[in-house]
Amino acid sequence: MVTTPSADDGARPAPAVRAPSPAAPAHAPAAPAGEDPLLRLRGIGKNFGPVQALIDIDLDIPAGKVTAIVGDNGAGKSTLIKTISGIWQPDHGQIFWLGKTVHLHSPRDAASLGIATVYQDLALCDNLDIVQNMYLGREPLRHWQLDENTMETTAKRTLADLSVMTVRSIRQPVGSLSGGQRQAVAVARAVMQEARLVIMDEPTAALGVTQTRVVLDVIGRLASRNIAVVVISHNLNEVMSVADRVAVLHLGRLAAVGPTARFDTQAIVELMTTGTSARLAAEPAAPAETAAPAEQAQPSQPGGQGGGPAVAGDVSTGSPSEH
Amino acid sequence: MSTELHEPQPEAPEGSAEAAALVAAPEIIAGSLGEYARIWWRRVRSGESGALPVIIGLIAIVVYFQVRSSLFLSAGNLVNLMTQAAWIIMLGMAEVFVLLLGEIDLSIGYSSVIGAVITLWLLSLSHPVPWWLAVLAGLAFPTAYGALQGVIITRLRLPSFVVTLAGLLAGQGLLLYAVNKAAPGSGGTIRLNSTVLNGIENGSMSPAAGWIVMAAVVVLAGVYIVMRDGRRRASNLAAPPASVTWLKVVVIAIAGVVVVLIGNTNRGFAVALSGVPWVVLLVLVVLVAWSMLLGRTRFGRYVYAIGGNAEAARRAGINLSRIRVLAFALTGLTAGIMGIIYASLLDGVSSNVNGGQNVLYAVAAAVIGGVSLFGGRGRMLGAVLGGLIVAVIYNGLSLLSLGAAAQDIWTALVLLAAVTVDTLARRGRTV
Repeated sequence: MVTTPSADDGARPAPAVRAPSPAAPAHAPAAPAGEDPLLRLRGIGKNFGPVQALIDIDLDIPAGKVTAIVGDNGAGKSTLIKTISGIWQPDHGQIFWLGKTVHLHSPRDAASLGIATVYQDLALCDNLDIVQNMYLGREPLRHWQLDENTMETTAKRTLADLSVMTVRSIRQPVGSLSGGQRQAVAVARAVMQEARLVIMDEPTAALGVTQTRVVLDVIGRLASRNIAVVVISHNLNEVMSVADRVAVLHLGRLAAVGPTARFDTQAIVELMTTGTSARLAAEPAAPAETAAPAEQAQPSQPGGQGGGPAVAGDVSTGSPSEH
Repeated sequence: MSTELHEPQPEAPEGSAEAAALVAAPEIIAGSLGEYARIWWRRVRSGESGALPVIIGLIAIVVYFQVRSSLFLSAGNLVNLMTQAAWIIMLGMAEVFVLLLGEIDLSIGYSSVIGAVITLWLLSLSHPVPWWLAVLAGLAFPTAYGALQGVIITRLRLPSFVVTLAGLLAGQGLLLYAVNKAAPGSGGTIRLNSTVLNGIENGSMSPAAGWIVMAAVVVLAGVYIVMRDGRRRASNLAAPPASVTWLKVVVIAIAGVVVVLIGNTNRGFAVALSGVPWVVLLVLVVLVAWSMLLGRTRFGRYVYAIGGNAEAARRAGINLSRIRVLAFALTGLTAGIMGIIYASLLDGVSSNVNGGQNVLYAVAAAVIGGVSLFGGRGRMLGAVLGGLIVAVIYNGLSLLSLGAAAQDIWTALVLLAAVTVDTLARRGRTV
């Protein structure tokens, strides 16, 4: 299997099966701008001392899609999103933003590109109201004073656009909101700051059923506004219901990535625990070389860790022994 | 039978709406005065209290003292009370900046009077500098002292309690040194040589000037509040009902009239003496300025944000160190103003000033006034009301000829009550 940067690979790499392009090298150069996904990771590696947290990660994050990153504890999910959000710098590999190489030295660098990370607990000040939280750190001024009216009007509109919040008043302190509402406020803040990629770390981990619904709705609305969403989740049912694409990490490597339709829960569990699965949906019956154009696909080597048979369709796997 | 079983169900949404009302300020969600009052009362019962419980406590204490001593509410004593309360209030307002961050500054009891010593020394030279220049120099020292401690706290990441405790001890020594240098051979006291500065505590506006200033303040505040709320209502933003807006203006007007009436009543014995003390105006100006700073600027917003959740503030791109150092500097600056007031009240500064005790009164005043020791909650107005309560207790117990022992114990009990309310309210919110 080879990487094939094909012409019709837009900002949203479609899950459609494409004709192979036999001559392309394994590590393909970035496709021309305009055809690139919003964010492209190539060969990302990160070590903490002797521990290899991330090994040779190739991943594309397209705009307007929800990409779920799943994996067992210690698989490297958090390291991966911290690399994307500029908290940690990768030791190897490159990050492309709309086809251009970028170096994210700090969360500020990431934020200036439009990468926003939404944390479950740490992002909001309980003592400030919804408007104040949504504008924290970037308050507009008028006559040297905070422009409260503009803030409130815009915040109100943003919340209405996401249309998931049922709060009595947007002037109530965030500490009085439910977990789902808080998450929605944090997301709305990212939207208002014109984020183009929103990363959510376990957005529903502490939420009840209704509140989880609220957050999943928000995620769906973000994608429909052509924002790329990356969600880390342990809840596979949730992943299956909300994600357009799934990336499975296993021991720091990308075990598989592809459209959600290619996976079933059982396959994801196998990938998470063993790094490989025989259950990946092979439909449609495509030639063996076929791969998602935006993915970096590698030969599946039976001699690798646990052996990776029958990987086909639009799902690419990076097998562990590939070095 | 079965219909009866289902009866409670329609009430559930109503209950949840009330639960929401518990936590939002009444002026945001109330549509009418009656609803405002009901929501407010529910919030008070749930421990989410505003300024009114403090005012009610103040009134209760005042009533008690008036019953015990008919002199308490005399014009003379009330004006006396204003001048005594001013320095506690000012030091309490100074403490608000750092308390809102969840920090504390123990050093301002001394840094404030050291600043005053510098001012008094500049005024006692054979060629005295202009009073305003001396004041600026006197304010510069505690501002720099606060900023320095802020830098140590943020750079070395030390707890503010310990750093400012060191600042308190060093301040005690510096005060001794400064007084001995500035007024050698004076027995440890430097006197105030300025009629202007002396007039802050001991001078009064003329009765006519008192009315004019009061009218101007009420009209300005009234126009500001009415126009602001009106504009917000017009743009369909969260705003209190019109009746509440006007009620606020009426309360401000009544407070102004009462203060001027008290001040303008003749309180002299041999000669007629009346007028509102200048220090009242000084406290009012600082209160308004610092309230605007905390409520309507980015700096103020960030102070609350850091006090509420420093990590969230950091992730929002706020420069925590800068805000913290600035807050400590402002605490010092405000304390410097207190130093001048204190010197004016005592007509000089002694090296025996108990700055350690003074700063604890200031912390007590702020906490009694609803400023949380845990950071993130409280207003400048709280320090004013809390400072008034502390001053009323001392003034009233002196009138009853009770000694310092009773005064301290009373203040301790009120402080304990206030902190208990704060902590219980906090617990109630998080559960």
